Amino acid sequence: MHTLIDFLLTYWVQLVCAVIIVAVLPLVAGYIVLMERKVMADMQARLGPMRVGPHGLLQPIADALKLLIKEDIIPDEADKAIFWVAPLISVTAGMLAMSALAIGPWFQIADLNIGLLFIVGISALGIFGIVLGGWSSNSHYSLLGALRSAAQLVSYETAAGMAIVGALLLAGTLSTREIVATQNDYGVWFVFAAPVGFFIYVVASIAETNRAPFDLPEAESELVAGYMTEYSGFRWALYFLAEYTNMVVVASIATTLFLGGWLRPFAGTRAFNFLDFVPSVLLLGVAAYCFYRAPKQPVKVQKMLLAAIGALIILVALILAAPLVAPAGSFVATMKAGLHGAFWFLLKVGLYIYLFMWLRFTFPRYRFDQLMRLGWHFLIPLSIVNVMGIAVALVLHRQFGWSHLTAFSLTTILTLAVAGLLAAADEKQEKTHAIVGDEA
Amino acid sequence: MLDQIVFYFFATLAVISAVLVVTRRNVVQSAIFLITALLATAGIFLQLHAEFLFIVQVILYAGGIMVLFVFVIMLINLDVSLHQVQFNRQWWLGLVLALVLGAQLTVAIAVGRSGLPLGAPAPATMLEPSTELVGKVLFSEYMLPFEIASILLLVAMIGAVVMAKKKV
Repeated sequence: MHTLIDFLLTYWVQLVCAVIIVAVLPLVAGYIVLMERKVMADMQARLGPMRVGPHGLLQPIADALKLLIKEDIIPDEADKAIFWVAPLISVTAGMLAMSALAIGPWFQIADLNIGLLFIVGISALGIFGIVLGGWSSNSHYSLLGALRSAAQLVSYETAAGMAIVGALLLAGTLSTREIVATQNDYGVWFVFAAPVGFFIYVVASIAETNRAPFDLPEAESELVAGYMTEYSGFRWALYFLAEYTNMVVVASIATTLFLGGWLRPFAGTRAFNFLDFVPSVLLLGVAAYCFYRAPKQPVKVQKMLLAAIGALIILVALILAAPLVAPAGSFVATMKAGLHGAFWFLLKVGLYIYLFMWLRFTFPRYRFDQLMRLGWHFLIPLSIVNVMGIAVALVLHRQFGWSHLTAFSLTTILTLAVAGLLAAADEKQEKTHAIVGDEA
Repeated sequence: MLDQIVFYFFATLAVISAVLVVTRRNVVQSAIFLITALLATAGIFLQLHAEFLFIVQVILYAGGIMVLFVFVIMLINLDVSLHQVQFNRQWWLGLVLALVLGAQLTVAIAVGRSGLPLGAPAPATMLEPSTELVGKVLFSEYMLPFEIASILLLVAMIGAVVMAKKKV
C-alpha cells in the first residue's frame, strides 16, 4: 500500500497525461474522420455530413454511439481468443507510442533517452493486431489483407527507418525534446537540410499506415475490407481508432524530426516575432466564420451551438494571446512556450494529416507489384544514398569547414541525381517486364 | 518493493509463455506466446535501465523477426498440420534434460550465492545514457568484431538474393 502511494505521488503528472491521451484520443480520431469526410466532400464538390449538429460537427459522436450499440458478430469458425484480442493489440501499440511524443515543450508523458526509437518500435508492433485479426477471422479476404499488410509494412519500414536515420545523423540524439532543440540551434528545420529524406518518409509513412494510394490491405474492390472484413461494431471501431492513432503518430514523428516540432517558423529571428500573433488571428478568423454561419442554421439549437463553438474558439484565441500582451516576466508570460508550442505542433500535425488526405483523393490505388517495386527498387536504395549524402555533408561541414548551405545543397543535388538514375533504371526494367505474368 | 513486483511479473510472464510456446499444438498460438516471452524479456531489460537493449529487443525480435515468422506461418495450411501426429516422440528426453539443466542452475546459484561478486549498484542518475554507451563501445573497442559481423550479414543477404533469383 505504501509503495503504491509513493508511486502515485512520484508519477501523478505522467498518469494524468496518460489518462488524458487515452480519453481524448478516440474523440480526436473521430474528428479526424470528420475532417477527412469534409475534405473529401470539398474536393469532390459536395457538402459532406451536414445533418448531425451544425455542419455535421456532432457526426463523430453519433457514429461512435452507433458503433457501440451495434451487434458484435464473431464468425463461427474463428479463433475466438485471438479474434477478440487482435484489435486491442493494434490500439495499445498506437497509444503506447504516443507516450513518448512531445506535444509542445510542456506536454509529454516521458522524455525517453531512446524516444524516437521507442515510438517507431512500439508502433510497429501494431501490425500484429492486423495480421492476427486477419488470420483468426478464418476468411480468405481477411487473410489476404493481413498478408498484404505484413508484406507492405516490412518493405516500407526499412525505407522509413533509413529516412529517420538520416535526420537522426543531423540531430545526434534520439530524445524527441533534444531533436527539436537541435533544430532550434541549427536555425533551419531538417526538412530543408534533408528534403529527400522527408520525401521518403512521407511516402513510406503513407504505406505504413495503409492509406490510399497504398491501401491494398483493405482494397475494397478486391478484398471487401481486407483484414477487417469479418469485424463489426465496436471491434471494427477499434481498428479504425488504431489506424487514425497511427496516422497521428507518424505525423508527429515527421513533425518532430523534419518540421521543427513545436518551433514557430523562423523561431530564432526577432524580425519575425509578429508571427507569434498568427495563432490568435487564425483562431479569430475561424470564430468569425462560426458567427457568420450561425444565423443561417436551420434549427435554433444548432444556431446556439455554432455560436457557442465560436465563443469557445475566441476564448482559446484570447488564452493564446494573453502571454504576448502580459508584462514580461509575469506568470502569464511564462506560459507562452507551452501554449504556443502545443499550438504550432498540433498545427503541423494537422497539416501533415491534411497532406495524407489530399494524396488519398488525388492518386488512384497502386497495384501490388507496383507498390513492391516502388519500395524495393526505388525508395530503399534512395534512402541508403540519402543517409550517405547527409553523412558526407556533415563531414564536409565539420572537417573541411564548408558552410551548411553549400554542403547540404551539394549532397541534395547528388541524391536527386541518384533518384533520377534509379527512376530511369526502374522504368527500363518495367518496359522489359511488360508482359503480364512475368512479374513474380 | 515495486521493482520486485515488476521483475516477478515479467519473469513469470516470460517463463509461462515460454512453456506455452512448446506445448501449444496450434502454431499461431505458439508464435503469439513467443512474442509475449520476447516482450516480457524486453520488460526486464527496461527495468534494469538498459533502454537501448529493450528497444532493440522489441524492434528486432518482436517487430522484425516475429512478423516474418507469423507471415510464413499464415501461409501454412494449419488445418492439416493440426491433425498430424508430431514426428518428434522424444519429448520426455527433452523434459529430463530441461529438468537437469534447471537443477544445475538452482544448485549453482544456491552454492555460489555467497561467493558471487555483486558490486554496489551504480546510482541511476550518474549513468551515461545506454544508447551512447553502446555506440561508443561498439565503434571503438569492438570495432573489428562489429565490422566482421556486418560483413557476415551482408554476405548472407547477398546469398539469399542470389539463391532466390530466377534463372535469367
